[in-house]
Amino acid sequence: MNIFQWIWRQLTSMRTALILLMTLGLASIPGSLFPQRNQNPMKVQDFFKANPTLAQWLDKAKIFDVYSSPWFSAIYILLFISLIGCVLPRSFEHAKAIGKKPPLTPKYLDRMEGFVELDRATEGALDDAQKWLKKNRFRVRREEGSISAEKGYSRETGNLLFHLSLIVILFAVAAGGIYGSKGETILNVGDRFINTPTSYDNISFAKFQREGDMAPFSLRILDFKATYDVTTKAPTDYTLKVAAANPIGSKEVLKTIKVNSPLTYGSTKVYLQANGYSPVVAVHDKSGTLIFEGPVTFLPQDSNLTSIGAIKLPDMTPQIGMVASFLPTADRSATRGAFSAFPEVLDPRLLVSVWMGNLGLDSGNPQSVYRVDTSKMQRIGLKALGVGDVYNFGQGTLTFEGYKSWVNLQIVDDPGKMYALVGAILAILGLLTSLFTRQRRIWIKVEPRVQIAGLAKNGVPGLEEELASLKAALMKKEEQA
Amino acid sequence: MTSRNLAYLSNYAIYSAIVLYTIAFFAHAIEVSFSVKNADESAKTTFDFSRTERSGRIGTAMMILGFLFLFAGVILRGASAHRVPWGNMYEFSITGALAFSGAYLFALLKYRLRWLGLPVSIAVLLTLGTAITVLYRPSAPLVPALKSTWLAIHVSAAIVSGGVFLLANTIAATYLILDRMEERGGRSEWAKKLPTLEVLDQLSYRLVAFVFPLWTFAVIAGAIWAESAWGRYWGWDPKETWAFITWVAYAAYLHARVTAGWRGRKAAWLCLFAGSTFLFNYVYVNIWGTGRHTYSGL
Ligand code: HEM
Repeated sequence: MNIFQWIWRQLTSMRTALILLMTLGLASIPGSLFPQRNQNPMKVQDFFKANPTLAQWLDKAKIFDVYSSPWFSAIYILLFISLIGCVLPRSFEHAKAIGKKPPLTPKYLDRMEGFVELDRATEGALDDAQKWLKKNRFRVRREEGSISAEKGYSRETGNLLFHLSLIVILFAVAAGGIYGSKGETILNVGDRFINTPTSYDNISFAKFQREGDMAPFSLRILDFKATYDVTTKAPTDYTLKVAAANPIGSKEVLKTIKVNSPLTYGSTKVYLQANGYSPVVAVHDKSGTLIFEGPVTFLPQDSNLTSIGAIKLPDMTPQIGMVASFLPTADRSATRGAFSAFPEVLDPRLLVSVWMGNLGLDSGNPQSVYRVDTSKMQRIGLKALGVGDVYNFGQGTLTFEGYKSWVNLQIVDDPGKMYALVGAILAILGLLTSLFTRQRRIWIKVEPRVQIAGLAKNGVPGLEEELASLKAALMKKEEQA
Repeated sequence: MTSRNLAYLSNYAIYSAIVLYTIAFFAHAIEVSFSVKNADESAKTTFDFSRTERSGRIGTAMMILGFLFLFAGVILRGASAHRVPWGNMYEFSITGALAFSGAYLFALLKYRLRWLGLPVSIAVLLTLGTAITVLYRPSAPLVPALKSTWLAIHVSAAIVSGGVFLLANTIAATYLILDRMEERGGRSEWAKKLPTLEVLDQLSYRLVAFVFPLWTFAVIAGAIWAESAWGRYWGWDPKETWAFITWVAYAAYLHARVTAGWRGRKAAWLCLFAGSTFLFNYVYVNIWGTGRHTYSGL
């Protein structure tokens, strides 16, 4: 045996598989205790701020990216190989053994479970036993002077099906990481979306996914409706209505998207992820020329959808920036100031503070669209507006024309998904078959006297009753004779 | 009937169940403690065994009644909110207690398990007590993400699995305690009524083998639901991660038993470990954890 054979044998041994399995379980723990970049990047930043040195060390160990780290992948891949290496040969062996007879009767039965010698004549005993075994659907091997019978063969079949399905699932998960794409886009009611990479606010492609492979559909956002429980103010339902065309340019079809029912095109699904309000505003300059008009996406801050946003007007001279909040149902208290008391729009207000100066847009640093960098600006006005109100801030006017809802759509293409589901279903079927099948052997010998014994795999109970019933069958025949 | 009345009725049913389980607890405690006194041979007191027998039976009867009231409480809670009663931790807890005591009663049909009544009633009382004092939330409709048939399927499978895992854990713990006693020279008198170590060992294995497929199913149903609600079937969210760890731990337990031949003490410890990952997931991730699964309402 050379060194490679030795390594292969070690890797594919069951002990190794078990250890790898346990290691995978342990390795996934840190990811549940420390914030993860792909789930909650803000929390990771907070952690860095709170414990800078510790965070650096942890980051070197990929503690903030556990599930895509080299060491996690290494365990996963080793387990994968180990599983294939041990399950495939077993499957071939099992397939070969399917048509075969049970193994020969052992020489001495008295060491086996439930061994008894029967007080009956040896003639006809094997025939009687064979009849009973066939009736109970054992596979029977009749030899000179003995019978070897087996039942519960499907245990191994189920067990192999289960392990093979695990391989299928692992493949499917890997496929999802290699092919596919995932992106997000924010759309106002009335907007149109075409499924190309440039339409997204952000999109990421898996290694082997080409951009041309995206499903060629377009959506028009017709209506979005959110309903809320009046007492708890918790959302009870979100319904999004879209006109969808697939492929682009074909006849549009009305579709409804809800939180638990995405729109599906092959392996691509469109999910409703989040929603909020976009106040619709118009800004005119001093001469009355329209500078800007349209909805501005605001970011919800609490469960009552108090939302913040920014209106930036770099084309005015001097530049104007407005720091704003939108209150769907305005209320006011001494401690909190103005806030929203309910997530639905019942009494909307737009609060703006207007700043003049340099917006800092050409400094090179990327800026949030929801905030204004006021470090080089001075405040020139402050106002609360109702729908229809016009506010003259000196340099021009702001009109609060109304509001629209926006939705955040997540569009995911995962071609491995279906295979994972099929694998999962097969895994459960295999598991049920194997865990609820008892595998056992029964032997009968007539030399020198009638002897019966059995063996139950894994010592699962139930064999005793079976042997007793066989014994009863054999003795009854004897009495009748 | 209005939602509000239904919610009140549900609460009364839960309170009644607590009273019934308390009686069951005392009945089982009397049964056990009388056997203890009997052990004291020097005192030469004779005891009427039929009295402890009756006490045990009362205990079982109360467990059954308590189960029925708890069942009613859970159903009414669901009816009051027009949905399945699994929307927050209070509801998970009462349903979990229901599954746990249901698993006990179910096992009682097949095995001589009445002795387990004492630990089971203690555990149910603790769960219900915490639920109604710390975790209680008024009945309310679900947030949209929880509105799915898969919620009913996923959560019911998970809760039943949890109930049976805990029962297997109780038995494994009993195994370890008795094993220790036997090693130190023999069982205390009260423990002599309990089954042999082999029976306990087999029993906890059979329970795990019975629910492992169900737990696998619960995890998969969760993945299907996550796929339809969040756009990915697996995201290593803390709850998902710990469900996976529990699954791996029980798979290791089954392997260790079936293929490596572990029995008895080592197997019992592994069983306890696997069960504690489930509990950890329930308590830690729901209350202190982050991620999308924190629906505790706390
Ligand atoms: C090298 C890899 C592996 C080998 C050789 C292996 C082998 C086996 C064997 C021989 C059994 C017992 C079947 C019986 O006697 O009925 C078994 C059962 C089991 N294995 Fe594995 N296994 C491997 C990897 C895994 C992995 C990665 C998992 C994942 C969790 C797993 C989960 C299970 C479960 C849950 C059972 C018990 C259910 C049953 O009896 O079918 N195995 N395995």
